[in-house]
Amino acid sequence: MEGAVLALPAIGFSAVYAVLRFANFAVGSVATIGAFAGWMANTMLGWPVAPSLLVAFVVAGLVGVLGDEAVLRPLRPSGSLTVAIASVALAIILENLVRFWFGNDPRGFNLPVYRDWRWLGLHLGPQQVRDAAAALIAMAALFSFLAFTRAGKAMRAVADNPTLASLKGIDAVRIGRTATFVGLGLVGFGGMLIALDTQVDPLTGFRVLLSVFAAAVVGGLGSIPGAVFGAFLIGIGQEMSLLVLPATYRSAVGFLAILLTLSFRPAGLFGQRAA
Amino acid sequence: MTAYAASLLVFAGVNALLALGLNIVWGLGGMVNLGLAGFFAVGAYASALVTLRLGCPIVLGVLAAVAIAAATGAALAAATARLKGDYLALVTLGFAQVVQLVAANERWLTNGTDGISGVPGPWRSLLAPVQFDLVCMALCWGLAALCGLALARLAGSPFGRVLRAVREDEMVAAVAGKPVLWFKIRAFALGAGVSGLAGSVYVHFNGYIAPDALDVLLTLNVVLALTLGGTGRMAGAVVGALLLEALTEGTRFLAGAAHALAPVQVASLREALIGIVLIVVLRLRPQGLLPERLRVLPLGRERR
Repeated sequence: MEGAVLALPAIGFSAVYAVLRFANFAVGSVATIGAFAGWMANTMLGWPVAPSLLVAFVVAGLVGVLGDEAVLRPLRPSGSLTVAIASVALAIILENLVRFWFGNDPRGFNLPVYRDWRWLGLHLGPQQVRDAAAALIAMAALFSFLAFTRAGKAMRAVADNPTLASLKGIDAVRIGRTATFVGLGLVGFGGMLIALDTQVDPLTGFRVLLSVFAAAVVGGLGSIPGAVFGAFLIGIGQEMSLLVLPATYRSAVGFLAILLTLSFRPAGLFGQRAA
Repeated sequence: MTAYAASLLVFAGVNALLALGLNIVWGLGGMVNLGLAGFFAVGAYASALVTLRLGCPIVLGVLAAVAIAAATGAALAAATARLKGDYLALVTLGFAQVVQLVAANERWLTNGTDGISGVPGPWRSLLAPVQFDLVCMALCWGLAALCGLALARLAGSPFGRVLRAVREDEMVAAVAGKPVLWFKIRAFALGAGVSGLAGSVYVHFNGYIAPDALDVLLTLNVVLALTLGGTGRMAGAVVGALLLEALTEGTRFLAGAAHALAPVQVASLREALIGIVLIVVLRLRPQGLLPERLRVLPLGRERR
């Protein structure tokens, strides 16, 4: 279950990396913004979860594009590392804007309460099943976007070979913008799913940041199927770690996974590009 | 007022040490290190535990802090030897988060989120508070000056030259017969050691260390200080740290004037400001106020 929820931010992070070739550290804050946007739609407008998730997607995508245009794109000529550092700064700015308006208090969604399903002695929360289903639907939508639409195909082309893509007349700047919108939109969508499972506060996204990075790196930075696979692996790994480690160390699993992957297979399980 | 100014200067000195540590690794070696807060933490906790639990004198605590932080740095560098750029940024950031996690959870060692208090300071019981602050300020800046001078010498030495060569092109350095990995590990250990020293100075002055002092913002502050001052120059690191302190304290006074805002809002604006200033500096003056001076050989200019 956990894996499905982690997969979306990991896909978003990886997609941005594939097209724009930099590690966007702002994903944690963008996930938080998605969570807050969805939370506002849910509690203030009284919308059910599904349309609220769409709001999370759109708002996070727009904030992502805005941040990219204002802060990151002008820095791209200075190299990917400068952009990555600037994205850390952007993350701090976004997190504190959220804190400025909403404060530090944790908030919860307005959700109908269900009883856990029991099956062969296993407890399963319907909410978690719904979250996983929502994540799967978003992934399916992304795959059809990449496979069937013009913009999706152009995105893959730029990720694959930017020079060739520009020779074919693909506008890299516009595709970069699309990738940022879709990628960070998915991050926001995933951020709301995470918040549904935990709580909404300015650090909602930051708490899973290491796991998200881990999922993307294990799968291979820039590979979308890799990010999905990596997310499930990290999700399962974190559950299994409960057997030997206290629950508070869950995110350390991500760090270990990153170290192991980069030591033995730096390109990740599905990646072609070496570190 | 004297005490206030002195304590500000101590914190500026701690940041200067951190910026110097980052400068070796990043400025000279070209290896990004977003794990500063981790090394700072290792130093601070090592110093606190050695002096409090083992009852050792402060000097031993400081030495232990430097040694343990340097060893941690060497281990991390060895584990990440092949990584560059974004990947190294990811791993070092993750390292700092794991250290924070350990500090918050291993109660038997670090007293968890409550932190460790009552860490001894140099002659604290003999001096009046103001005198103590002044002594700490002198010690801290003495150490910072010592480190700065030593590292500036090092940067000009063959060791520094090789590091810069590794930064510019690892392959060329390797072809020239330099053991690149060994240089990287030593640079990382040195940088981590200086960051550990900063942690140690901090904890002996402050008397208290807790995990919430160790978040990403600490690292970002130092990245800002170094970028502001200029990467590659030791003087840049020190100037940057002073400017950073002026900036953060200046906004504290401004915040006092804004009565309409809740404390959490003021705090969030001040944190956001650090990010904004860093972005502006990256945009307008990425080389910093005191850019690195490189001697460029006039090669191939006149040839036809």
